[in-house]
Amino acid sequence: MPMHPILSALRRHKTGTVLIALQIALTLAIVCNALLIIKTQFEQMGRPTGLDEHNLFVVATTQSGIDSSTDDGKSTLDASIKADLAALRQLPDVVDAYETRSLPLTGGLWGLGIRLMPNGAYVSHTTYFQADEHTLATLGLRLVAGRNFRSDEIGEDDDSGVLQPAVIIVSKHLADNLFPRGEALGKSVYFTSATKPSTIVGIVERMQTSSTYGGTDNRTWDTTLMPMRLVGVSRYYVVRVRSGRLDAAMQSVPEALYVQDPQRIIPDGSDDNDPGVRSFAQIRSEAYQGDRTLAMLMGIISIILLAVTGCGIAGLSSFWVGQRRRHIGVRRALGATRRDIARYFLIENALISAIGIIVGILFAFEFNGWLMKQFELARLPPTYVLIGAAMLLMLSQGAALAPALRAARIAPVQAIRSR
Amino acid sequence: MIKYYLQLALRSLRRNPVLTALMVIAIGFGVASSMTTYAVLHALSGDPIPWKSNKLFFPQIDAWGPNPHRNGHEPADAMTYIDAVSLMRDHRAHRQSALYPIAPTVRSDDPAQKSREAPGQAVASEFFPMLDVPFLYGSSWAAADDEQHAKVVVISKSLNQRLFRGVNSVGRSIQLNSHSYRVIGVLGDWHPQPKFYDLATTDAFGSTDQVFLPFTTATDAQLATKSGFFCINLPSPGYAAMLNSSCVWIGYMVELDTPSQVRDYRSYLDSYAREQRASGRFGWEPNNRLRDLSAWLDFEQVVPAQTKMSFVVALCLLLVCMVNTVGLLLAKFLLRSGEIGVRRALGANRIAIAIQFGVEAGAIGVTGGLLGLMLTWLGIQVTRAALPRQIADLAHIDWLLLWQTLLLAVVATILAALYPVWRAMCVRPSLQLKED
Repeated sequence: MPMHPILSALRRHKTGTVLIALQIALTLAIVCNALLIIKTQFEQMGRPTGLDEHNLFVVATTQSGIDSSTDDGKSTLDASIKADLAALRQLPDVVDAYETRSLPLTGGLWGLGIRLMPNGAYVSHTTYFQADEHTLATLGLRLVAGRNFRSDEIGEDDDSGVLQPAVIIVSKHLADNLFPRGEALGKSVYFTSATKPSTIVGIVERMQTSSTYGGTDNRTWDTTLMPMRLVGVSRYYVVRVRSGRLDAAMQSVPEALYVQDPQRIIPDGSDDNDPGVRSFAQIRSEAYQGDRTLAMLMGIISIILLAVTGCGIAGLSSFWVGQRRRHIGVRRALGATRRDIARYFLIENALISAIGIIVGILFAFEFNGWLMKQFELARLPPTYVLIGAAMLLMLSQGAALAPALRAARIAPVQAIRSR
Repeated sequence: MIKYYLQLALRSLRRNPVLTALMVIAIGFGVASSMTTYAVLHALSGDPIPWKSNKLFFPQIDAWGPNPHRNGHEPADAMTYIDAVSLMRDHRAHRQSALYPIAPTVRSDDPAQKSREAPGQAVASEFFPMLDVPFLYGSSWAAADDEQHAKVVVISKSLNQRLFRGVNSVGRSIQLNSHSYRVIGVLGDWHPQPKFYDLATTDAFGSTDQVFLPFTTATDAQLATKSGFFCINLPSPGYAAMLNSSCVWIGYMVELDTPSQVRDYRSYLDSYAREQRASGRFGWEPNNRLRDLSAWLDFEQVVPAQTKMSFVVALCLLLVCMVNTVGLLLAKFLLRSGEIGVRRALGANRIAIAIQFGVEAGAIGVTGGLLGLMLTWLGIQVTRAALPRQIADLAHIDWLLLWQTLLLAVVATILAALYPVWRAMCVRPSLQLKED
């Protein structure tokens, strides 16, 4: 089909052509970036923590009336924690349990600097978690080198002062970061203000920090397990349950804890406090609430955008068909087939879309550059633009199809008579 | 005349119901997505104390010195205990308060009630008048109580409801951890959002504070902060060592009423830092900040980037909807070139044509706005369900948002209609008559 008549027709409908092309260009620019945002959020949300998340839940509890600053108070607390854990581990639904202050995704961040010499420069930074000999089994962390803590290595952490345990377990990411040649096992490090070394006795495959931030920050995976039980009034009991017994255990564990100490506090979620008993699925869902909302909004906006653009193209195309009834009639009378007419409108649409897409690609990268600067969004990969371009071309052709077919149905005689 | 144009507009809109519906829907969705994201953005970026925000300032003192591991020369947003206490003692601002978040356990005499943690703040007496905190019963404690480390407490209305069934509890006592405190005041409804006084160490949209203790009393009782605690060197064990450490964990705010007071306070902060340098505590030049409330909210990044990003993308959607409307209006108006030609030939001038088509565009705008209003309502319901609880309650439709939605729809449509109306005005009478 000769292009000349199409091009000259486009020149006569400059405004409409420009408007459709502009709309396609803007839609392409926005949808590509929205897709990128959605992908980024889903990647963020989909990162495994390294834990056996399905069978885990957490009980936050506070004991009252015990003064943890006195030696008496401390030993009372220590005894009650041990009794609590012993009671929990005996419950039929419970596989294992331990006590800590935070877990991956629970928010709050307890971090320390790391040096290789007592007064040397800091070479890295880590988030740490309190752990005991039950931690690996409870969380389902996979040890890739070395060994677990022994019970005689577990010290007390009264939440003040310098941390310098003799032994630690670190994530593989941190181990590789500190000792890139893979010789971390058996090496010693010094934490902030520490004078005594801590030796790496075990390396776990993967463990996320307690914060969800840091999509690009590799500190997300730099974690350390400290062999210490937190001796304070407030704490988390982390409980691993038998497969399929999560709901039952989330009932029976708090009951068992209240039997140990009827005066303890397990928040019930009223008074806009977080509930004390939360499954790990809940923790994950709350941690990523903002990311999920953003992804959802971007999805909705993209769908509305594509729908509006599709309808707009369909609307303008049918207007053009209506405007050119006589022109079509004449062409049909001169021997053009129905297929020729439909093809004419589809090619016209494809031309306009192509212009729009080319401009849109420029817009998409411009917009992405601005989003990168303002919101630290990632760089837009070209594949996204290609996918977006293909999507818009199909949408545009699809929107023009019905008007084109209608144009093809115009009979030569009818077209002339209608005026 | 306008009434006649309205009739014309309605007749014309009914003539091409599909085109009309497309425009109304585009405007409706464009406006609704913008207003939904705007409602959230607006809720989060609101001024929590508009009548006083330009008088509240948040000093920062660099107690750590230059450090290549921290970005830039920005001092920490919280203070050491030593600096906070020194600033309180010097008392150079009109009003001031050091503060830190606490979470003591409220024990009840009623055995049926379980003990609970109550979120709260350790503050100085001037905190209450500085923030115009409303009292239901009683009042704040006096400056003398700060000095005497008095065991008094101000409680929230909700805690008063729970412990004392809402009656005037001033003079009665409550048990926090293992100590007993005399209630000296009960707050009225007071839930500033964001919780601007506690941003140095805590998230902006936390739970409502229920107990307020004198700062001096709280440190006597060795209450730890329930929130951020940052150190470059860790202190030796014990509460006293923590107070003497270089760890930062205390928020600080001052009220300065005039620009000259602000200037004086700045130079006071610098002279304080210089004194610390002279005494050997700081080994660096004074590096202080004194941000006012709005700069402080900005600095603490109270509005999440995700919220801003949603708003920007939603605005882009509105732009596309407007481009869409330009095209459709143009098609619609030019379909009626014949009618315009006849009207022009019968004596209507260009202004009359402009008004006629302007009214038609306005009608589309209003209808789109009404649809947009319904969709905004829906959008806010959906968004609220997806937002964290504390933020969700802030996003709501009020009369202002309602009018803004309608106005945005009409303005967007009129802007989109400018070019099509101009094209309609340019239709020449003679040509159209000749063609028919």
